[in-house]
Amino acid sequence: MKTATAMGMVPCSHCAALWKDVEVHHRCGRCGARLHPRKPDSLNRTWALVIAACIMYFPANLLPVMITESFPQEEQRDTIMSGIIYFWTSGSWVLAVIVFIASFLVPLFKLAVMILLLVAVQRRSSWRLLERARLYRIVELIGRWSMLDVFVVSLLTGLVQVHGFAAIHAGPGIAAFGAVVVLTMFSSISFDPRLTWDAGEPEDGKPDE
Amino acid sequence: MRTGTGFDIDKANMQQLPDLIACKECDAVHRRLPLGHNEIARCSRCGAELERDMRAHVKRVLPLTLASVFMFVIANIFPIAEIEFHGVAHSTTLMGAVLSLNAEGMFLLASLVFATTILLPLLQLLALIYLLISIHGTARPHGLNLLVRMIQTFHPWVMVEVLLLGAIIAFVKLTNMVTVTSGPALWALGGLALLFASVLSFNPRYIWHISLPERRRKTAAPVNRTPADRAPQEPATVKTELP
Repeated sequence: MKTATAMGMVPCSHCAALWKDVEVHHRCGRCGARLHPRKPDSLNRTWALVIAACIMYFPANLLPVMITESFPQEEQRDTIMSGIIYFWTSGSWVLAVIVFIASFLVPLFKLAVMILLLVAVQRRSSWRLLERARLYRIVELIGRWSMLDVFVVSLLTGLVQVHGFAAIHAGPGIAAFGAVVVLTMFSSISFDPRLTWDAGEPEDGKPDE
Repeated sequence: MRTGTGFDIDKANMQQLPDLIACKECDAVHRRLPLGHNEIARCSRCGAELERDMRAHVKRVLPLTLASVFMFVIANIFPIAEIEFHGVAHSTTLMGAVLSLNAEGMFLLASLVFATTILLPLLQLLALIYLLISIHGTARPHGLNLLVRMIQTFHPWVMVEVLLLGAIIAFVKLTNMVTVTSGPALWALGGLALLFASVLSFNPRYIWHISLPERRRKTAAPVNRTPADRAPQEPATVKTELP
């Protein structure tokens, strides 16, 4: 299988038009987007975003995401995990499982997969290329669902504001959690899946003479 | 500056290969095959989608987009839910939730929620309506390139269906504590999530194909004689999607 790069072609990342004899800084003749054979500086950018997301992962899980104040002077601080446990103990098992998957498993899975993809590309590994391509597609598909907890907290904060009786405040953890979601989404966007194949099947990357 | 003439300067020595397509996930080059009704062409190397037949869908997109705008308005002006606690009632709209996050001092998080649930969905809908109406005219729509690229870039950040699930979870969480009734916006959000799933499955890339048919025909002839075309290529695997 020949790649576009091996044949001296550059595809437009927006309109998919395929161009030959492209020079640096050329724009697509159909849609005007800048033409790059690969996403620019993909590995560095993706590593930076993944590392930043890993750092934010700790405050996101350790700090309270929601602070519930109820009359008289009662205050309950919930982290992501204690919110899940609350659903489980109160009998809403379905919701407990949904929130556990979206808020706990998905971010962890995304970070693990992104690190795996990056390391594999840098080691020029040809290990399970097809499965790695599939993993990347899954990460792109499910990443957005981690925003679930951010929406739950913001709706509860907006709704439960009964003066003097009860109030729900957003805790600092949810800001960190939102940062994790945004950073991991940017990391999967900046990662170029073509690098996996460039490194894994390099014989296709060379032009045949 | 990106102007109409700017493209022509770039194109001076660039050649388009309209009969070939490169996989955007593994860069393998395939010959483009004519697609039948609702068919999807997939890369034979990595399995990613190369192209999808949009001819049937493009006729449905405009009415679906207009219906989405209607749902969007309802979802934004009516309250999502109302709670009653010791005889005191309180309700919130989507914007109200964003504003109370901002009032908590979380400006960035409030902006994120605002962008993913209000601003970007609305921009997406308005840009699509404008493009789908104006491509029927004779002239190339104003800002076509910028708007299609904008729709593609913002696509992952439109999170209406995630918001719907979030609203349901918030609702259930509250039923354990207080009396809570759903507002019209919650139902509209459900409709909007369904409509958006269909609207956003329309790849705006297709607009370039339908708005510039004459350009493709013009470039098709010389490309057949390029040496690249003689290089061995495996044909794209075509899988039929059930209707």
